[in-house]
Amino acid sequence: MTTPVLDRAPAPETAKPTIAWAPAFAGAVRKLDPRGLVRQPVVFTVWVGSVFSTVLAVLHPSVFGWSIAVWLWLTVLFANVAEAVAEGRGKAQAASLRKAKTTAVAVREDGREVPAADLRPGDRVVVVAGQVIPGDGDVVEGIASVDESAITGESAPVIRESGGDRCAVTGGTTVLSDRIVVVITSKPGETFVDRMIALVEGASRQKTPNEVALDILLSSLTIVFLLAVVTLAPVAAWSGAGQSTTVLIALVVCLIPTTIGALLSAIGIAGMDRLVQRNVLAMSGRAVEAAGDVGTLLLDKTGTITLGNRQAARFVPVGGASAEEVSQAAVLASLADETPEGRSVVVLGGGAVDRPAGAAFVEFTAQTRMSGVDLPGGRQLRKGAAGAVQAWVRGLSGAVAPETGSRVADISEAGGTPLLLAEKGPDGARVLGVIELKDVVKPGMRDRFDELRRMGIRTVMITGDNEATARAIAAEAGVDDVLAEATPEDKLALIAKEQEGGRLVAMTGDGTNDAPALAQADVGVAMNTGTSAAKEAGNMVDLDSDPTKLIEIVAIGKQLLITRGSLTTFSIANDLAKYFAILPAMFAPVFPGLDALNVMRLHSPESAILSAVIFNALIIVALVPLALKGVRYRPGTASALLSRNLLVYGVGGVVLPFIGIKAIDLLVSLIPGIS
Amino acid sequence: MTGWLQVAVLVLALGLVHRPLGDWMARVYTSGEHWRVERLTYRLVGVDADAEQRWPTYLRSILAFSLVGVLLLYSLQRLQALLPLDNGMASVEPSSAWNTAVSFVTNTNWQGYAGESTMGHLVQMAGLAVQNFVSAAVGLAVLVALVRGFVRRGTDRLGNAWVDITRSVVRLLLPLAVLATVVLVLGGVVQNLRSGGDVTTLAGGSQFIPGGPVASQEAIKELGTNGGGFYNANSAHPFEGPTAWVSLFQVFLMLVIPFSLPRTFGRMVGDRKQGLAILGVMGLLAGISLALISSFQAGALPEGQEVRFGGPLSSLFAASTTLTSTGAINTQHDSLTPLGGMVTLFNMMLGEVAPGGVGSGLYGMLVLAVVAVFVAGLMVGRTPEYLGKKLGRREMTLASLYILTTPAIVLIGTAVAIAVPAGQAGMLNSGPHGLSEVLYAFTSAGNNNGSAFAGLSANTPFYNTALGLAMVLGRFVPIVLVVALAGKLAAQGKVPVTSGTLPTHRPLFAGLLTAVVLVVVGLTYFPVLALGPLAEGLS
Repeated sequence: MTTPVLDRAPAPETAKPTIAWAPAFAGAVRKLDPRGLVRQPVVFTVWVGSVFSTVLAVLHPSVFGWSIAVWLWLTVLFANVAEAVAEGRGKAQAASLRKAKTTAVAVREDGREVPAADLRPGDRVVVVAGQVIPGDGDVVEGIASVDESAITGESAPVIRESGGDRCAVTGGTTVLSDRIVVVITSKPGETFVDRMIALVEGASRQKTPNEVALDILLSSLTIVFLLAVVTLAPVAAWSGAGQSTTVLIALVVCLIPTTIGALLSAIGIAGMDRLVQRNVLAMSGRAVEAAGDVGTLLLDKTGTITLGNRQAARFVPVGGASAEEVSQAAVLASLADETPEGRSVVVLGGGAVDRPAGAAFVEFTAQTRMSGVDLPGGRQLRKGAAGAVQAWVRGLSGAVAPETGSRVADISEAGGTPLLLAEKGPDGARVLGVIELKDVVKPGMRDRFDELRRMGIRTVMITGDNEATARAIAAEAGVDDVLAEATPEDKLALIAKEQEGGRLVAMTGDGTNDAPALAQADVGVAMNTGTSAAKEAGNMVDLDSDPTKLIEIVAIGKQLLITRGSLTTFSIANDLAKYFAILPAMFAPVFPGLDALNVMRLHSPESAILSAVIFNALIIVALVPLALKGVRYRPGTASALLSRNLLVYGVGGVVLPFIGIKAIDLLVSLIPGIS
Repeated sequence: MTGWLQVAVLVLALGLVHRPLGDWMARVYTSGEHWRVERLTYRLVGVDADAEQRWPTYLRSILAFSLVGVLLLYSLQRLQALLPLDNGMASVEPSSAWNTAVSFVTNTNWQGYAGESTMGHLVQMAGLAVQNFVSAAVGLAVLVALVRGFVRRGTDRLGNAWVDITRSVVRLLLPLAVLATVVLVLGGVVQNLRSGGDVTTLAGGSQFIPGGPVASQEAIKELGTNGGGFYNANSAHPFEGPTAWVSLFQVFLMLVIPFSLPRTFGRMVGDRKQGLAILGVMGLLAGISLALISSFQAGALPEGQEVRFGGPLSSLFAASTTLTSTGAINTQHDSLTPLGGMVTLFNMMLGEVAPGGVGSGLYGMLVLAVVAVFVAGLMVGRTPEYLGKKLGRREMTLASLYILTTPAIVLIGTAVAIAVPAGQAGMLNSGPHGLSEVLYAFTSAGNNNGSAFAGLSANTPFYNTALGLAMVLGRFVPIVLVVALAGKLAAQGKVPVTSGTLPTHRPLFAGLLTAVVLVVVGLTYFPVLALGPLAEGLS
């Protein structure tokens, strides 16, 4: 359960998927169709430049002209490859999902068989063991174990039953035992699996708000540089340094932000993909972006912050019993207690011992509210609720130590659950001590919350416990705030309040009564085990139903945005070196003084321009893996992140092309026909 | 040595004044009280001073006010001969009148004409001087609207443009101008209403000595980053700039409001460090520019420079006048070394943001900050926000168009001028230097600077019209975008600052913003600079 998320880069276990280059290239060629490229203004500009330079190369053939034309086409192609590779990963997942959709017929409650595709919301169907559930719906009758591996990849079956929060079933999953009646909730073609397929394939991908804003900035930069070069033509001609159209096209392509323009959509697809790899389905890219912005995390106490069950934390001897005595008695009394609480008592007491021969174990019942053991020789041990055990001791005319009551009260107040431990021995009955059961905060949670705080994220623990208990656990776990005795209305109000203050809120939920809050939250992660209402209301579904994953989702959202920003910075920073390569190449023949700008000492004007174009194209391919994997993300303050990324991608973006272009120039100068 | 001393005195003076002045300006735009004279003005104009405007109304007020300004100034010039106080000057020819009207209303003060032989005292005082005040006030009003956009939350109101303009004049520009006039008169700048007369010189010859209300004109010319000289020779004329310290004082006047506004900004947004960061960027860019121009000018021939006061003051004046959108000169920029001249060009190309014109410099810088935050903000893993405002599609559309506007005007203007015969006809030089002159003219007009490189016969119908268009578009397209941006920002809520927020008050961000200004704006002009001053300077 406790996956240490934030202290490692996301996705290490899946981060090494090999890139399927060959099919990606095939896809990239298909994407050369300009109708699709219009969506990416920067790449489309390069496409137009490629067409022009090709025409020019045909009209005035030269090695230089053809080289430029070819490399411009390659630039477009590489941009398409980036997107195709990203999409390719989703295709495999989609294929396996499609296999899940194999049922053709559904059986109605009245026994009639109808095609599954004709099912409408409200239809009632019967599914028995071995059959595939024909559509999304809620169980209204019966209980069954269901194999959901087709969707979650998890092979252990899950229980689905009518009523309550475990009634939702997904079309395409298989009933393994028993018989259930399901009311269909999805329209044909819009089932959960259908939507998943569309999502992982990227078919329904819309540009996210931030992506649109970045696109606008990139388009504006493209227009600026286009203008700079178009107006340069008459100015250069007047100056007696007129340039061929091919060279001017090369200059435009090198200056406009092709790198980020080419990788932008791949970054977006890859971000969604990273979520899918973690078994989280985002219903929109907008949600992934919002995850990076989250200012407040609402976390359920149980299962997220604490382990699912309470555990023994302390033995408190009373009435003169020794610690040793209490500990031994507690272990003996709990040997047969297979509840998590019982096992934790054994662990706290030093581990299991051999069951004494002839011991008779007493099961816990709702009536006695005690369990324990009767040992040979008449010794009896009991542990249980304070009232029940005290009554048992008094019933045997035993002694209840006077401090017992206050010990019990102390533990209750501190948020724990007290269990009394008593024995009946040769000397009569007496209370031996109190076992304190506590919610145990998962290991590492405090560090994680500290980290979140440094990232500027507030954590709020949601619990049904009373205020005192909640505060105690909150203090131990290190969360910033608690919402105790939380009702769904309280949750909704809390979210609204946080949003009022300008914070984005993320939460998880599974029950139907979580649905309004899930819908209100900016990032609402529904558990796959949850009800259809919850899944419908949230904008993400976690197939593993692990609420801890919320923290991971935030990290993925941030990584997506950082990748986008870093590559934009890199792309713009690259321009400096390209200027120093191309401008002296263009003008030094007429104004020899400008050769001073040729700081890279490139071989010749033609090789300089060609090298810049080649670098511009190759850098796209070189960055595809980074765009897919995402740049390294270490949680930290904004300042720390900024200085690191500025150094790597800003300064690096200025320096790298100087080296790259020089290296390429050395090779290009060897091509025969390039002067 | 004198040069260093002058810079030190200047920096010290600016350092001393920027706090009280910045704080005062913040008070001017946040105070709820109206002065009596202001009330009177509002009543005369028929404005409800307590009614706040939505952004389209605010913008319409600004545009209408400017349009009326152009029409008035145009009429005054065209009817000059019929009006009193014409000092015997003829009415101004239409293309020149249009150019001058636009030039003064847009705070550019490009002068295609020679002041002393074209404009009588009425036009100078009731036309040009008035626009010197109100065009600066318009810049301030637009800035204040943008700052309010950052400060306010969830509202569609940006304040009242009429109030902001009136207060800028009454509470800020007028008092400062009076103060500055007194200092200038004490320093020996001419101030009278005579039209001048012939005197017999010591050598026995006869010379015409012009008079006029020079000192009062001079004060607001520098304070309002206007730059339109009373005389053709501008501040190089001994009646405008009689001594070295008056020249230095003029530099101070140009810089004082633009360098104090970041303080005002910091005050108004409630975080003085935000203002300090912006001030740092402006100071850094200005420092680099001054250092470059001084080193390029070191040892250069003094031809065309202010020989009375020495080279360093010429460089300081040239840098300051182009870094602010003033355009006053005490040195002929045409005579700077090619690379020195390139620095003055580049100063303007940055968009007049370091520190730029009164009001316009800071709003330009804030838009660039929006662009810088957008890119850098992503690098900290959040969708970008500046001063608690999210930078989404609408905001970025406006900011992107802003950074697109001036380069488009300058580059298209230059290319057209160089390609058409009418444009080529005005060029007195060929080769790179000729290109620099045309480029300088459009850069100066598009960025509303107003200084000229000379060497270009710009008082022709072609240049008067084309440069006039460049001035109008270069002034009002950005204003439309900025006020719209202010409206979008004000309508937003405010995102609270956390440790996950991009810090925009630290040196790191200031450095980044400097880089964005240089790379995003500066790089656009690299090719054309290479063919002009670089080609000339590196040969």
